[in-house]
Amino acid sequence: MTEIAVRIGTKISVFLIDLAETAKLFFSTLILSLTSPPKWRQISSQMFSMGVLSLPVVLVTGAFMGMVIAAQSYYLLHKISMESAIGPLVSLSMTNELGPVITSIIIAGRVGAAMAAELGTMKVTEQIDALRAMGTSPTRYLVVPRFISGIFMVPLLTGFATFIGILGGFLVAVPLKGVNSAFFRKSMFYWTDPEDVRTGLIKSVVFGAIIVIVACRRGFTAEGGAKGVGRAAMLTVVSSCIAILIVDFFLDMLLLY
Amino acid sequence: MIRVENVTKSFDGNLVLDELCLHVREGETVVVIGRSGCGKSVLLKHIVGLLRPESGRVMVNGQDITTMGERQLDRVRRLFGVVFQGSALFDSLTVAENVGFGLTQHTRLGSREIDEKVAQSLEIVGMNGTQKKMPSELSGGMKKRVALARAIASDPSIILYDEPTTGLDPIMADAINELIVCLKRKLSVTSIAVTHDMNSAYAIADRIAMLHQGKIIEEGTSEQIRRCPNPIIQQFILGKAEGPLTRGAQCGDWRK
Repeated sequence: MTEIAVRIGTKISVFLIDLAETAKLFFSTLILSLTSPPKWRQISSQMFSMGVLSLPVVLVTGAFMGMVIAAQSYYLLHKISMESAIGPLVSLSMTNELGPVITSIIIAGRVGAAMAAELGTMKVTEQIDALRAMGTSPTRYLVVPRFISGIFMVPLLTGFATFIGILGGFLVAVPLKGVNSAFFRKSMFYWTDPEDVRTGLIKSVVFGAIIVIVACRRGFTAEGGAKGVGRAAMLTVVSSCIAILIVDFFLDMLLLY
Repeated sequence: MIRVENVTKSFDGNLVLDELCLHVREGETVVVIGRSGCGKSVLLKHIVGLLRPESGRVMVNGQDITTMGERQLDRVRRLFGVVFQGSALFDSLTVAENVGFGLTQHTRLGSREIDEKVAQSLEIVGMNGTQKKMPSELSGGMKKRVALARAIASDPSIILYDEPTTGLDPIMADAINELIVCLKRKLSVTSIAVTHDMNSAYAIADRIAMLHQGKIIEEGTSEQIRRCPNPIIQQFILGKAEGPLTRGAQCGDWRK
């Protein structure tokens, strides 16, 4: 019994130390982003690989997400003759919730894992040590461009995903299910406020920061060669997704009520 | 120029450096020899501030780097050029970007001046013309030479070499040794190399120091080390499988 308690205690303290170090990385990244921003070339290359190259998968995911919401909600609302609510249901779900969350999870898997693997490889091949030995802060050179890219690109991608999701929902509801086109649009705009769009954007900025900081932290702490790098990539995806879902709940409590 | 004073360091309860002392004078080349895993690279990392000791201090040009914050340390590190064991070239950058990295990050030189400096550094190591190549396109020996060029491009006053000839064929290893000697003559730098390659040690050292069980047990010129009666030293430099090193002798036992 004592052994189990000791083991649990050790795991909790390791987790808390890791959380504290991750928070320290976040704050030092934030300060460096404001006081000592990197060259535009570094930021733009990260924005390209995070944003432009992720666009196709985000658009496909967003479109089908909107279509699924419309199909599922029509199935339920049709039973109580409330098909008119499909428009706002699709738009509110996409802007407030599914747009930022699903986009961020896709980016965590696609970009976060690659980021952790790249930085993990740099760690195990002493490139991080080489940076430090040359008087260059790894946080400033490696994390800050990724962080700036993340907090701009994830909201942008979320915007694209939300737009294409609503369009996908429209295409399912109107031509496929026979919902009145004008009514779909009017009710959607009536019930969707600028605050809903703002909520989605705030969430996506926060999620973008989470993905980058978690990925960089995992990469910087990778050890044990290829296996360690693989583990870092896996932990990035798992940790990012869990963090996104937990933070999403608290942001909902803060922003919606 | 560099003083390591009573530095102690452990990892997971294993004592690696045990009140180690080492003094390196300006302009000299000191080679630290020792068995694989004895702590040579750990010592080097303490000197450049990548690791902090549990006790003791490291003085660089009269400044105690063990008490400095990262920002202050970054400024001191710009005195150093480091050649890592695996070269540690940045694999997302070209050869030119690697070699010019320090200049790009820490100076206000224009791109033309940086290109000239890069070409000069690559010329010294015999790699001029490879500027556009990626590290993945280079052989082990070529990577080592590019790493050397990167280390000297920012005009350091101290160069650290971590196993400079490990993994290289004898001809390439000798070429690297010659480069190190040539750099010492041309640039008048202070150098510290860690290696277990005795040919390399004899070729480049002004002074050789042996690291054993966390301490420097003997120091001297190449000739003094060759003639040293300490059986631990003799076993190591002659490369014998049998001897006090492999029987776990303490460093002072041979005097009894």
